[in-house]
Amino acid sequence: MSDTSAARSGFTPAYLDRVGSSFTDFLGTAAPDLLPGRRTLPAVSVAELAPHATTIVSVTFDGGVLMGGDRRATMGNLISSRDIEKVYAADSWSVIGIAGAAGIAIEMVRLYQVELEHYEKIEGMTMSLDGKANRLAGMIRGNLGAAMQGLAVVPLFAGYDLDAAEGASPGRIFSYDVTGGNYEERGYASVGSGSLFAKNSLKKTWRSGLSADAATRALVEALYDAADDDSATGGPDPVRRLYPIVYRVDAEGAVRLTDDEVAAVAEAIVADRAAAEREG
Amino acid sequence: MTMPYYASPEQLMRDRSEYARKGISRGRSVAVLTYADGVLFIAENPSSTLHKVSELYDRIGFAAVGRYSEFEGLRVAGIRLADVRGYSYNRRDVTGRVIANAYAQTLGEVFTQQMKPFEVELCVAEVGDTPESDQLYRLTFDGSIVDEPDFVVMGGQADAVTANLRQHFTHGLGLAEALRVGVQALSAVSSATAANGGGRAQLPAEQLEVAVLDRRRPKRAFRRVVGAALAALLADQPAPDEAPPAEAAAGHAPSAPAPGTPPGLGDPAAIDTAGGTEQASAQPGTQDGVGGGTDGDSTTGDQ
Repeated sequence: MSDTSAARSGFTPAYLDRVGSSFTDFLGTAAPDLLPGRRTLPAVSVAELAPHATTIVSVTFDGGVLMGGDRRATMGNLISSRDIEKVYAADSWSVIGIAGAAGIAIEMVRLYQVELEHYEKIEGMTMSLDGKANRLAGMIRGNLGAAMQGLAVVPLFAGYDLDAAEGASPGRIFSYDVTGGNYEERGYASVGSGSLFAKNSLKKTWRSGLSADAATRALVEALYDAADDDSATGGPDPVRRLYPIVYRVDAEGAVRLTDDEVAAVAEAIVADRAAAEREG
Repeated sequence: MTMPYYASPEQLMRDRSEYARKGISRGRSVAVLTYADGVLFIAENPSSTLHKVSELYDRIGFAAVGRYSEFEGLRVAGIRLADVRGYSYNRRDVTGRVIANAYAQTLGEVFTQQMKPFEVELCVAEVGDTPESDQLYRLTFDGSIVDEPDFVVMGGQADAVTANLRQHFTHGLGLAEALRVGVQALSAVSSATAANGGGRAQLPAEQLEVAVLDRRRPKRAFRRVVGAALAALLADQPAPDEAPPAEAAAGHAPSAPAPGTPPGLGDPAAIDTAGGTEQASAQPGTQDGVGGGTDGDSTTGDQ
């Protein structure tokens, strides 16, 4: 493999070529076998054989943006994982959530994280938020062949824009389609099989200028509503203490909310719903 | 077709070494020191964008002197190697030794096989979990690699700076104290200081590029010390008449920082804050006292 040979006999010419600060582009010349989009795929649909990850929700709030995802992955009619993590910090100021073929999606997230860090180290500065969103679109585009075989990956990307104009909301959300189309969303967005229900829920609960706590509740409630109607989305699981993964990105950077914090929000929602049911 | 003149291999190598040495000796110096919490890089560098010091990976840093275009290419190659290895294996499988070996091979290859050797000298530094596991690799233009225990000095006046550091450097210095020792050693030979015909007693913050690999930071240990944080650390170097209160030199950490207590690194999570008095008081009390006012020589005596 090219990387180990580099360690034994110095850097190969590709390493010393001072063109470009993209890790993906570099892998394309130095070790193309490591890139997810470069593999030959069988000419039949393999969708039923690979675990699929489902609903991701992102909402903006006053001073930043939140992203959360349920914990379920499905394989046909089976639940293949109850505790999968589908939301990740991409770097200090942005987060990425994934829906679609879990294996490829997680590989893509790893590559994307290295891509951002690589750029930061080589250039000595962080990529702009729009630049990050664009790089991700390029990666999705490279996966189009696999998407046609049933291994589509559709991420949701959100981040804190350090260059936001005065008065503009610094929390921004970008959604994608399988062809690499990149769309900036206003206020909230959702991807995955339960996204229809999650968006409908947010339509009622979200409004501009929410506080971080209120937005967290709106987000967890949207995931609850998605799990209510979509078999591929998992709801809060008090038996195993499994709750949605929620990340918050604000002026302090990207942080993952602790399980206890999310559990408290989820339990409050369940209690309120139960009370409303009894009264009704 | 004319025959090239014969030159013996010894002569060729000697000429190339001399050429490379000359190129390197024209540059300003860089010092890489170990301190209590990691590794400190100090470079005399008036440019704030053309860096001589850089992050390679989570626990690994890089410093270089010589021709900028050449060491910049090597820096990028090092980052690429680290990232490819970390991506295809695991982040823990990236070590300073691997990167230093690749540098040594490349420098050696260029030195023997190409007309012009690289006019660079590199240092690859890695912090471990304990001061004993910190590694400093020094790489020269011909591909030699040396594992140095305490500090590495490279560049034009390396011998003079090394001699100065030998006198003043001790193990386990605090950050402010290590910076003081390093800056003092670089200032003693710099053409920008009064000792050598310049206008100042010591190199000012804007002439310095300072960075640390701080083992206490989670994941990425590399951090540049710039702006207010650097000014505060440098300003902490006391004049002889500002002697610290006697109790500051006692064997325990003061509950309230005494005047002249090193500000330390601040919160490891917060970048470039000079605040962290908690960090400073968490250091051994003797260091606080030393940082507060005694001069470098007595430090050497203490430890």
